[in-house]
Amino acid sequence: MVEKLRFRDATLAKRVVEKIHKLASKQRTVKICHVCGTHEWTITHYGLRSLLPANVEVIAGPGCPVCIVPASEIDEAIQLALKGIVVTCFGDVLRVPGSKMSLLDAKAEGADVRVVYGVGDAVKMAEKEPDKQFVFFAIGFETTAPSTAVEVVKKPPENMSFLVSHRLIPPAMKLLVEMKDLSLNGFIAPGHVSTIIGLKPYEVFPRLYNMPTVVAGFEPLDILFGVYMILRQLKEGKSRLENEYVRAVLPEGNVKAQKLMRKVFEVENGKWRGLGTIPNSAFKLRSSYETYDSRLKYGVKIEHGVDVRPGCKCHLVIIGKIKPTECPLFMKACTPQNPVGPCMVSMEGTCRIWARTTRRAES
Amino acid sequence: MCLAIPAKIVNIKGDSAQVDFGGGVLREVNVALVDAKIGEYVLVHAGYAIQVLSEEEAQETLRLWSEVLEAAEAEIASMKT
Repeated sequence: MVEKLRFRDATLAKRVVEKIHKLASKQRTVKICHVCGTHEWTITHYGLRSLLPANVEVIAGPGCPVCIVPASEIDEAIQLALKGIVVTCFGDVLRVPGSKMSLLDAKAEGADVRVVYGVGDAVKMAEKEPDKQFVFFAIGFETTAPSTAVEVVKKPPENMSFLVSHRLIPPAMKLLVEMKDLSLNGFIAPGHVSTIIGLKPYEVFPRLYNMPTVVAGFEPLDILFGVYMILRQLKEGKSRLENEYVRAVLPEGNVKAQKLMRKVFEVENGKWRGLGTIPNSAFKLRSSYETYDSRLKYGVKIEHGVDVRPGCKCHLVIIGKIKPTECPLFMKACTPQNPVGPCMVSMEGTCRIWARTTRRAES
Repeated sequence: MCLAIPAKIVNIKGDSAQVDFGGGVLREVNVALVDAKIGEYVLVHAGYAIQVLSEEEAQETLRLWSEVLEAAEAEIASMKT
């Protein structure tokens, strides 16, 4: 689009940064939380934190869908792969540690683990190779869950099933806001999750928790305006829900996708790595689609896994309680080449994103 | 994972569309989740279009930004007087 360049207009950025500084000078410490790996990427890549006043902190919440998959569910995928079933997954998932090994380790041991760009590719593989059993490891938030629903509803071939590990963002935001020691003052809500779910699921945050909430896009200016809009609400003393990402987020969201998700999935409690069980935060296939449920089809259900390895602080990084640089392993024992925790594995993990701008410590 | 990239729809056949991500290279994406027409921009995530973007909505963002800044500047001016 011709307008694209204006989304990175330096003069506009300068103006909004000035306004942020003016507003912040009248505030005490302000802690704003976002819950999206792509937001963290934009913030770190463009050095946005360096533009903000010292008393305005933007922290990364559990916005990396790969990082929060519990080890027990990685273990389930590995167990299926070691049984001789073809496990298909997104590339980011491959190196995420399970309790004892990753899917990549299983692949090295001879398991057939294949990376796909999207769930549709997995279904096509199953159609082409009818003599093999295929599982798609369906991780991701509300942005990704509709694509799984699209394929499930089409009734794929019998040799295809789904290991569903989708998670929902608003229940995790509720957990964060209820953690009193995190002392949040505002939310930047995730833009692409919101294109699907719309604005309504966030209404609770300003209404019940007095938490300014702004849905923001992914250009540097989107995030700076998001920060500005939150500061403005704090100054006015009136919390509300605002949509900065109007070019992609409709108030009602993507109704077609929501209908499809409701048809295919039901909501249940879900485990999040390092965070424990969050009520009503996960999807499972409805009984009408249970023939496509890998857990039922192959009798795989692992309840407990090793989520956090000794020394790893991913569970604290995931909720923004500490910065990656405060973890003793960061860029020492834990690097993108040799990750210890999931936050260093996924391209959207906070540690992995920070690693791009941090030199490895001298050993 | 939650990365979504705008692309222009070049061709549609059922639930499948050919899109251009900007470099002229055409990719196939699934458009079952949106009601998009040829020539429109969609946000593509993991091979699926998740929302239609229109130029009007993009303009709306720019309008919102200038409105926010102007409101802030008017407020500062009124504080000075």
